[in-house]
Parts: sequence; structure tokens; C-alpha cells
Amino acid sequence: MALTGIFLITFLLVHVSINACVFADLFVNDDGEMFNKAAHFMGSTVLIRIMEVGLFGGIILHIVQGYLLTLENRSKRSVGYAINYGNGGSKWYSRSMGLLGTLILIFLVLHLYHFWTPARFTHVGLEVPVVYNGVEMHNMFLLMKTTFISPIVIVVYIMGCVSLAWHLAHGFQSAFRTIGVHNKKYNTLLISLGYGFSVIIPFLFILMPLSFHFGWIG
Amino acid sequence: MEHYTMNLNLKVWRQKNATAKGGFENYSVSNISSEMSFLEMFDVLNEKLIAEGKEPIAFDHDCREGICGMCSMYINGKPHGPWQATTTCQLHMRAFKDGDTIVVEPWRANAFPVVKDLAVDRGAFDRIIQAGGFVSVNTGNAVDGNALPIEKDKADAAFYAAACIGCGACVAACKNSSAMLFLSAKVSHLALLPQGGPERRSRVVNMVAQMDKEGFGSCTNTGACEATCPKEISISNIARLNQEYLAASLVSE
Amino acid sequence: MLDAKIPSGPLDQKWTQYKGHCKLVNPANKRKLEVIVVGTGLAGASAAAALGELGYKVKAFCFQDSPRRAHSIAAQGGINAAKNYQNDGDSVYRLFYDTIKGGDYRAREANVHRLAEVSANIIDQCVAQGVPFAREYGGLLSNRSFGGTQVQRTFYAAGQTGQQLLIGAYQALERQVALGNVKMYTRHEMLDIVMIDGKTRGIIARDLKNGKLERHFGHAVLLCSGGYGNVFYLSTNAMGSNVTAAWKAHKKGAYFGNPCFTQIHPTCIPVSGDHQSKLTLMSESLRNDGRIWVPKKAGDTRKPNDIPEEERDYYLERRYPAFGNLVPRDVASRAAKERCDAGYGVGSSRQAVFLDYAAAIERYGKIEAGKKGLDNASSDEIIKMGKEVVKAKYGNLFDMYEKITGENPYEVPMRIYPAVHYTMGGLWVDYELMTTVPGLYALGEANFSDHGANRLGASALMQGLADGYFVIPYTIGNYLSEEIRTNAISTDHEAFVAAEKTVQERIEKLMQIKGSQSVESFHKRLGKIMWDKCGMGRNAAGLKTAISEIQALKKEFWSDVRIPGDINEMNPELDKAGRVADFIELGELMCIDALQREESCGGHFREEHQTPDGEAERHDESYMYVANWELKADSTWQLHKEPLIYDEVKPSQRSYK
Repeated sequence: MALTGIFLITFLLVHVSINACVFADLFVNDDGEMFNKAAHFMGSTVLIRIMEVGLFGGIILHIVQGYLLTLENRSKRSVGYAINYGNGGSKWYSRSMGLLGTLILIFLVLHLYHFWTPARFTHVGLEVPVVYNGVEMHNMFLLMKTTFISPIVIVVYIMGCVSLAWHLAHGFQSAFRTIGVHNKKYNTLLISLGYGFSVIIPFLFILMPLSFHFGWIG
Repeated sequence: MEHYTMNLNLKVWRQKNATAKGGFENYSVSNISSEMSFLEMFDVLNEKLIAEGKEPIAFDHDCREGICGMCSMYINGKPHGPWQATTTCQLHMRAFKDGDTIVVEPWRANAFPVVKDLAVDRGAFDRIIQAGGFVSVNTGNAVDGNALPIEKDKADAAFYAAACIGCGACVAACKNSSAMLFLSAKVSHLALLPQGGPERRSRVVNMVAQMDKEGFGSCTNTGACEATCPKEISISNIARLNQEYLAASLVSE
Repeated sequence: MLDAKIPSGPLDQKWTQYKGHCKLVNPANKRKLEVIVVGTGLAGASAAAALGELGYKVKAFCFQDSPRRAHSIAAQGGINAAKNYQNDGDSVYRLFYDTIKGGDYRAREANVHRLAEVSANIIDQCVAQGVPFAREYGGLLSNRSFGGTQVQRTFYAAGQTGQQLLIGAYQALERQVALGNVKMYTRHEMLDIVMIDGKTRGIIARDLKNGKLERHFGHAVLLCSGGYGNVFYLSTNAMGSNVTAAWKAHKKGAYFGNPCFTQIHPTCIPVSGDHQSKLTLMSESLRNDGRIWVPKKAGDTRKPNDIPEEERDYYLERRYPAFGNLVPRDVASRAAKERCDAGYGVGSSRQAVFLDYAAAIERYGKIEAGKKGLDNASSDEIIKMGKEVVKAKYGNLFDMYEKITGENPYEVPMRIYPAVHYTMGGLWVDYELMTTVPGLYALGEANFSDHGANRLGASALMQGLADGYFVIPYTIGNYLSEEIRTNAISTDHEAFVAAEKTVQERIEKLMQIKGSQSVESFHKRLGKIMWDKCGMGRNAAGLKTAISEIQALKKEFWSDVRIPGDINEMNPELDKAGRVADFIELGELMCIDALQREESCGGHFREEHQTPDGEAERHDESYMYVANWELKADSTWQLHKEPLIYDEVKPSQRSYK
């Protein structure tokens, strides 16, 4: 769990960095040029395509492990309590990683359907390419803009990112505990880092659909 | 400290034996002094039941000083009741007020089957210790106690880990019924001391294997164990255990 | 005539000589010899582990759900050893001498010297096991001082020394279980000894989970079942601590030595009401820094902090200037009782004295201020720093006090009162720890041997581990070497059948009484008789009354006790009933013993025998013996005296003034 989790955390870092390129439009009014180039680089580099397979492997492993762990742990207490310990001893999100993960999974399916499937296979919504310096590429920027017109999509994306935030709030520091970081100094550092990460990254992600929806960019 | 008396309603799990189906029974007790311990309140209840010709409630207890680790009641949704860093036997009735309803359940985990009423079988803990929770030194083998200086910080940290009383509250509190806090306290205690060095690798691997075999769940670092531990064993011991385990697994043959 | 089998030769050579000449059992034969150990406290766990290591086939029994829960775990203060790490003049001889003197010259010299000799090995062994003793910054072991001594020889692990030592022994025991050398029986209670041809050959045990009786064969049986302080109902013992195993042995012919020698510990949390089920000890180490006092005015009801310094009576410092608050336990307890009886007691019950840390907090605060170079520290700052130091040293004890009483001991003096804590008496054993029954041994608190009439602090842990780790592994060989030709006897043997039948009949008899009073109520009544008439102060008239009251109580118990539930199930009331029945019989013997000992010594204080200033008065010419009782018939005992011969130490009036 921890190793795949940390792997996915690093992926989130890459993902958010690439996507943050959309905000270039805000400052230099490039109409998504920087973002489209970055997306093209990610889509056309062989090494990254190979890593993509690894990423999917990691996601699937994380999901399978997560469900197996949750099921197995639940089976260890056949007779439950009349009154549960609840929040007195632990945070609700620490105990709800399975639920939060499931919400993220639902979001993920939709998210892939919105962007990954068109980019790789169907090209729906990407019929008109953009050309920078003579290189033809998908206009992912435009795809985002059109996808995020629907308020329902916005709500689902917000829900997905909030789930991700809580999932990370526990998952980040838990992952490091599981791989054995017990030094007080590093633990304190990692806990602060974890909370920071779980607030900033989902916040940046949410900002993108909102920015398109309300026309701050694009 | 003002003392007062109270009347209470109790909802207690009753189960004839390991195989019988259990259920809650309601009782009421009156004139309970705020100076009583929780178990003394149970003594009063049991005396009342005996006088009424009913069977008293079986529960585990022995030292009543908070050190033997035998008492094991899950009170109002928390192992050992509402106070922090307290065993059931040290919980006193001033934690409650007149008219309260108190729900008392046994530790719940498949690895801790109910023996009767509120008493459970924690033999799994002994078997985990048997798997490696010791230093293999026969009597008479020892060198002079001061021949082996130990850094005070390390000795203190080992002591804090060794303060575990093996009551099982960590398992009872954990949503996964994991015994990791118990296990990690012992692994940390011995890993922090040079005496535990030679068996460091095999100990952690064998003890973890035994824990899994006993049917405890896996740790997901929720922290409920640390919050309920009457001896305030730190969850950082679990991280240390994980490090020990990873290191041992990586170098194993 | 009792033969203690003390080896000849000079005192400091006896144990060496013995070890050099005792018979050995070869490893192949050890595998065939079976040893039963009853109880898994420090003595039992260490004995079972040590014998398992040697290769004997061991079966260990405890009534708790795990061997780690035995009441040795509750010992707080520490364990003595003659290491002289502090360079303050300690030695084996000094520890031996202090123990003999502390025991008011009623212990056997040879046993005590052996105890002092092996004390150092215990520390080494425990360190090797990973027991986390307190250490100095240099990494070496730390020591503290304890009552009744003038050197620092007590090793400790905060306020949990007993726990750490027991966990060490428990781990050694579990290691032997894992290796297959020891078989562990938890939630089992020994209910009889099985004798064949005059030798101990096994036990009858009851599985407390389902009530079934079991027969177990052994070439020898070791009773490590602790003391009998619970005869007083209220004591610092665990709820389950009982005399049953020792009493069954007594009924099978083992003499009971000095039953009236009980230790009343001076620093316990006072009784708060009728509901009280047990008493909690506050470690004696608190007397190192705390000052004990009562108001100078009788019946003073002011709050302690409102009573000015000049109106406080620091009675221990007044009466015993040399030792002050660090006098031995018996002396401190009696002094507290004297003040309370005279009307100076404090608290709502008036049965308590103050243990005050204000002076210590200020003293430590000033030292801290000095260390930090804070010459102008305000008194508030000094108090704050002082509290930090006290918290580091005694924090867990202070927390425990606050949990029980609801009062903050950093602000208000603690209230303390003496409580029954330890029993020096027990089964008589010879130098080899064998009782008068061949093949039946008693170790630790269960035997009478090493503490005379009063035990010094931090010596119980020492004795338990000495007996288990370093004495029995040698002495048992001397007996078992003669048993190598005895094959394991089938538990279908008629002696096993008969013993089981007796046990079964007694249980059925108890269940059939179907009376009206609970077991607990009888236990409380017995405790009250014992505490009032055979407690800290005893006199002939009171003891005689107590004996007849106990006899009446016994009759009432056997005709009117009510035990709910069934035999063949987990039934804690039935377990308790058997134990209380034995306590009642023991209570009678204790009073008889106290009555015959017409002197005061150690924890035994006969009011008729005191010096003009109220100190205990011994009568060495008539009572320098161990009083051993042989059960002849119901309520009938015969006294056998083992004279105590002092070759090395010259008995004198104990003075701590």
C-alpha cells in the first residue's frame, strides 16, 4: 500500500505540474500553448508512454491491495461493538480510506473518459489540432475548456479532489510510517509536509476546472 | 474533591461460554460512591446479583493497580473507559454522573475469543512473545551488568516501550483488530538495546508471522491504539517495527 | 527434629561448598525428569525458565490468563544487589547484615548470606535479558536508596521494577515454551498435591475455564505461589493472590513457618469507604524525598497547607533522627498507627498521615536554579523547576495517586496509611528450599526463609529471582539425582484417583451449601477480624477472641455460603470460595502463632512486649526460633521449633535512632 501510495504521490506531483501550465494563459495569455506543448511532450515521448503503463499498474495494484486489505481487516472482527470508538481515538478519514479511495476511483473513471480516452484513442473533441512551430498537436486546452462548461462535471471534479485531499491527509504520513520512518525529527517534518501536500495539490487541481468554468482562463 | 453518590443504568454483554450466543442485559445500581473504582462498582453489582439468586458477571481483573494488564472492559465505546492513560481498574466513578447509562462490552477481535461474559482469551499475545520476544540468554551466561554501558536515551526509550502491560486494548480499539502496537512495543524494546542485537532480524520476522497467523488485522496507522493505550505506548514504535521488518526482509537469505 | 541441612564450614563458604559437592543429574536423565511449577511470578517464572534451560521437562501453572500477570509485576521500588557500584561501602556481608538486622534476627544466617551472594548475579542476568534498568548519562546502571539501609544498592526501572523484572523472566519462560521444554497451563489452579510412597508425585489442577479437574505427574513440585496477605481482605496483593496451593501442601504435611509474620507497609493510599476492594501501595522510594507529618494538635481539621510549619510534627524525624523518614517499614508503620490512635490522624477517616513533597520540590527547584545559574529566580520559578524534577523521578506514582484520590499531590500533601503488603511467613523450607514433604519445594514469598520478622524494601524481588534462577537449579538436582530410576508414573495410579476424588468432593460440598451469604461477605468479615486483632498491634486477649471468632466464622461459612453457577464452567465465585475457605483456616493458625510468640519482633508487635518508649521488645532467650506448625487435625496444630543460631551476627536491639 505504502510503496504504491508513494509512487502515486509522485505521479500527482508530475500531473499537477503539467496541468499548472494552463495558468500560463493567465499571465502571458498564450491560449494554452505552454500546456498543449507539455501535454504533447507527455503523449509523444516513448519513455513516458512506457512509464504510463507502469502508472496504470501502480494504480491498479493500489486499488486491488486497498480493497483486499480492507476486506481482510474487516474479517478480523466478526462480532462488532454496540458503540464504536469513533473519533475519540482516530480521525474519521484515517478509518475511511476505503470509502475515500472508492470515491476517487469513481472520479478517476470519469476523468479518464474525459481526457485520456479522447487523447489516446477516440480523439472526440480533438478534431481540430493546434500547430506550434510547425508541429501539429492535440488542443487539450480546448478540450478542458469545453469539458468544464457543465456544472455537473465541476461538482464531480470538486468531489473527487476533496476525496483526494482527505485520502492524502492520512495516506501521505501513513505511507512513510509504513516504510519505517520513526525518527521524531523526520516524522514531524513529514506530517507537516503531508498536510501541506494534501491541501495544496488538490487545491491546484480544483482551481483548473473552476478557472475554465468561470472563464478566468481560456 | 467533592464526593457524591449516583444511580446508574448498565448495559452489559453476557455470554455463557465461548460457543454460546451472547447478548446485552440491563442492570441498575444505586448509591454508587464517586470514590469507588469502576471494578468496585461491578463488585457491588455482582453482590446484588448473587443476593437476587442470579449469576454474577464474569470479568478479568487481578492487581487493580493498573499494572498486571488483566482487566479488559470496553466501556461506552472505548477500551478501559473514558479516561486517558488509564486501565479499567484505575478508572474511578467520578468519571460518571448520576443517571448515566454505561455500556460495557468485551474486547472484540477474532483473535481474542470470549471465554465468558466480559472475559476474553488473550493467549495469542503469549504465542507472539514465544515467536521471538526475548533475548536468548541462558541463566548464568551473563557478564557484569556494567560491562555493557547503554546510552541513557536509548535505555529510556526501551523502557517506555517495555512499559506495555499486554492488556490488548490496542487490538480492541483498532478498527482492523491489529496487534501492531503490542508487537512493536516488544520489538522496539529489544531492538533499542544492544542485548537484543544478535536476534534482531529473525525476531521481527518471526513475531510478525505469528501475529498474522493468530488472526490479527494489518495496521493502517489510524492511531486509535496509541490514543487508548493505558501506558501511552507511542505509535512511533510501529514505524520502528516497520523499519526493522523491512530491513530484515531485505537482507534475509 | 527439623533438619535445615545447612552446609558446614564458614558462613561465606557454605554456598560455594554446597555447589561444589551437590549431586548432579546428567543431561540425558534431565530429559526424563518432570518438574511442576505452580505460580509464574518472579520465583516461578525464573525457576521454570532456568529448569527448562537445563533440560528438565517442566509444566508451569498460573491462575491468570497469562504468566506475565503474576503479582510480582506490581512491585514498584526496586531490587537490591551487593554490587557496590556507588563506592559507598556496600558488600555481600553488608547486604547480609542489613537483611538479618532488618528482619529483627529471626531469619536463618546461611540462607540470607546465600541470598546476598547471588544478588549480584541477578542484576547481571536481568541486564542480559534486556531488562531496561534506570541508567546514568554515562550509560551505567543507576541506584537509589531504600528504607533500613545506609547505602545505595537498589536497582530500579522507574516505578515499575517488578514489571520489568517479571517481563524479563516471563520472556525467558516463553522462550522455553517455544523450545518445548516448558508446557504452560494458564487459567489453572492447583488444588492438591499427590503423594505416592511418601514423596510428592504430582498435582491435581482445575481448569478455571471449564471447571474440569486434571491430574499432572511430576518428579518434584515447586510451589511459587506467593504470599497470603489477602487473609486480611484488604491488602496491596492482587485480587487473586491466595494461599490455596501452600495450604494444600500444609494439609499434606508441609510445616507452615512463622505464619504470624506479616509486613504492614507504611505508605499506602488510605481506605476511602466500605466499598474498598484492595489497597494501593505508593512506593517506599517516596520516603527518600517526602517528609511525613501530622498536626501537633490532636483533631486538627485545617487543610494541610493552612497548617504552619511550627505546628507540624515530623514524628519520624523526631523519634528517629539517624534514619528519619527512612526507618524500616515495620517501624514507620507502627509510628503512623501510634499517631493516628492518639488522635492526630488526618483526612475524613482520621486514619492517615501526610507525606509531603513541598520541601523536596523547593530543594530540587533551588538545585535546578543553581545549575542554570539563576540566582534571582522567584519562588514560583523555583517551585516550577522543582516540580519538574519530582515529576521526572516519581511522576507515575503521583499520577496514580491523583487517579485514585482525585487530589493533586504536587499541590496538596498525599495522605497515606499502612496496609498489609507482604508475608514473611510461609512454608518451612530447608537450605535446599524443600519443605518437610520430600520432593515438594517452596520458592519466593511462598516460603518463610529469608526475611525473618520483617522484610527490607527491594528484597522481595531479590529473593524471588535468587530462588528461581540461582538456588533451585542446584538444589533440585541433589534430590532428582536419586529419582532418575523412577519412570513417569501414570496418572491412573490410585493416588491420583483418590486425590482427584477428594478435590471433587470438596467442590461439590461447597456448591451444595446453597446458603444465603456471598463469599465476599465472609472474606470481608475474616479480614476485619484479622486486621483488628492480628494486624499492626496484637495482644493475648484480642488473639484469643479472634481465634474463637474465626472458628465460628468457619462454621457459618460451611453452612451458609452461597455460590452461584455450576461446577463445570468458568465460575469465579467458586474459585474464590475455595480460596476464602483456606484463608479462614490460615487465619486461625496465624492467631495461634501470634499468641504463642510472647515477644515483639519486626512486623509482629505484641502490645504486652514493648520498651518504655514504645519500641518492639524481643525476647531472644525464649523466642529465637522459627515456629513451624504441623497440622494434626481440624483446628489442631503441633509446634516444631527450629532454633536460630547466629554464628556471625550478634543480635542486638535494633536501633534506628
